[in-house]
Amino acid sequence: MSILLILAVNSIALGGVLFLLSAGFSLIFGLMRIPNLMHGSFFMLGAYLSVSFARAGLGFWGAALLSCAAMAVIGGVIERVLLRRLAGQDLAQVLLTLAMSFIIADVCLMIWTGDPIQPPTPSGLQGAIRVFSVIFPIFRLVIVLIAVTIAIALWLLIDWTRLGAMIRAGVDDAAIARVVGIRVSRLFTLVFCLGAALAAFGGAIAGPFLSIYPGLDADMLPLALIVVILGGIGSLLGALLGSFLIGFLYNFGQAMFPDLAYVILFLPMLLVLVLRPQGLFGRTPA
Amino acid sequence: MTARKLTLAAALVVLATLPLWLVSAFYINIATQILFWAIAAAALNVLVGYAGLVSLGHAGLFGIAGYVAALLLGAGHGHPVAILAALVATVAASATFAVLSLRSTGIGFLMITLTLGQIVWGVAYRWASLTNGDNGVNVASRPTPFGVDLSSPTSFYYATFATFLLAMAMMAVFVRSPFGASVRGTRDQATRMNTLGYHVWLIRFLAFLFSGLWTGIAGLLFVYYNEFVSPQVLALQSSAEMLLMVIAGGTATLLGPVVGAAIVVIIKNVASAYVERWNLLLGVIFVVIIIFMPEGLLPGLTRLWRTHRRTASTAIAKGSVPISEGPTR
Repeated sequence: MSILLILAVNSIALGGVLFLLSAGFSLIFGLMRIPNLMHGSFFMLGAYLSVSFARAGLGFWGAALLSCAAMAVIGGVIERVLLRRLAGQDLAQVLLTLAMSFIIADVCLMIWTGDPIQPPTPSGLQGAIRVFSVIFPIFRLVIVLIAVTIAIALWLLIDWTRLGAMIRAGVDDAAIARVVGIRVSRLFTLVFCLGAALAAFGGAIAGPFLSIYPGLDADMLPLALIVVILGGIGSLLGALLGSFLIGFLYNFGQAMFPDLAYVILFLPMLLVLVLRPQGLFGRTPA
Repeated sequence: MTARKLTLAAALVVLATLPLWLVSAFYINIATQILFWAIAAAALNVLVGYAGLVSLGHAGLFGIAGYVAALLLGAGHGHPVAILAALVATVAASATFAVLSLRSTGIGFLMITLTLGQIVWGVAYRWASLTNGDNGVNVASRPTPFGVDLSSPTSFYYATFATFLLAMAMMAVFVRSPFGASVRGTRDQATRMNTLGYHVWLIRFLAFLFSGLWTGIAGLLFVYYNEFVSPQVLALQSSAEMLLMVIAGGTATLLGPVVGAAIVVIIKNVASAYVERWNLLLGVIFVVIIIFMPEGLLPGLTRLWRTHRRTASTAIAKGSVPISEGPTR
């Protein structure tokens, strides 16, 4: 019984991290029509950067925010300098992101070596609280809290601001959005920066929980892909629900059917791709 | 054209006599690797180049052949049974892949094949009781076709070379056949082909099976060459490397994938002796090719050479199909 509860707590915490990763992935996918295959690399690089910043004496949260800002800049540069050259050639863009993921993975291996790093849990959030004889590690609860806060902030941004309306217009129909005077190419850069920053923040706060190791990028990218395919491309609600669903499937699958853990993980995605290509919460393109 | 034929003949003579002047077994083994990766890349090129369908799941098919053969050999079956079963399994898996992924083209196709490849990888990696997990499966011996012992690097090189020649001949026949023409037709003008009465889905399906069969043959050569197979060869990285071979050499050309396989294998094996960061190098080459030579090295260099010789701008007009101009829906 208690094992199930521990699994559930871990699943919710992983779901929170996955949301930070996949929200940006979903927006980029929705707007630019390409799966950004270096999103896992953004996550890993963000985690590594925040470790280095924290070691330089910035404190956990300061380091996480700085790594966020750094990744936003890196993401923006990649979009402006590389992806922009291939505008309109979606397959070439996907392959470019794949190639960049190799490069980022190798650079990380070069700088931070192959040893896994487990950054310490930020002070004040170690330990656990007891609710009805169930022990909840505080930091995992904080992760969920942060994820939900960011989800609400993103929802406000996308649904209630002018910028959000422009992004939604771009997701729905980029060509028409251009015609009515929205500078879609600027949105591309902006959303790419935002996505990279969110992924980096996810990586930074997931560090103490997942630990950081070479190959983390390749572990996280398929999860983001599954979440977004399940939830529907460009849908924030879909990304949120998909994240928690995959959080549960991942943890329970690993614990109960270790042999087929990956099959359990990928099967729902395959079913959705084949049966409902627009995702559970996606809209059919007009 | 005679210059081209002479180059080809010279290349064939060089390949046929390679073990005579490459004294070191190390280099003969690298040549063997280039040849079986070239078969895999040529097989993938059927889809990527001629059918305009970019697959990121071919490492899964490659690995299925290897695993089925290795597991059956481990269970005590003979080589003919293992080889036949491996090829049947690969073609069956290709059919499954095709049925699921051909519901879509372009990015959708890429993502479904990627997922399928990841599922196969996940099974090989996690179903440890069947596949021995990360430790992989060993193969005790190589087959002896027609009584020829393949245990030495040289004899295995010639077996691979023979298979390679057969593969290239089949590819050449495929490209020139009416079927090859119809596959290219579905790439360039799917709707028009449909209107003309061609069964676009069936054409793509058959192209997928053809591609899968040769991928499986390459996978068999791989497993017999290494006498070992592990989940690493099924990973996304492996699919990406295969795709890099096709794109680097030049999609929709017969020899492009061979050149691409040579580049990737040489970088991986030879350059890694001098440079530690071959993954980085691979990524950089990938990026440079995608941005500056989207049609691949072979057509790219041919184009540059022609422009240089004629010093006229007319040659640029007739470029080959870049990777990005995949299928029209």
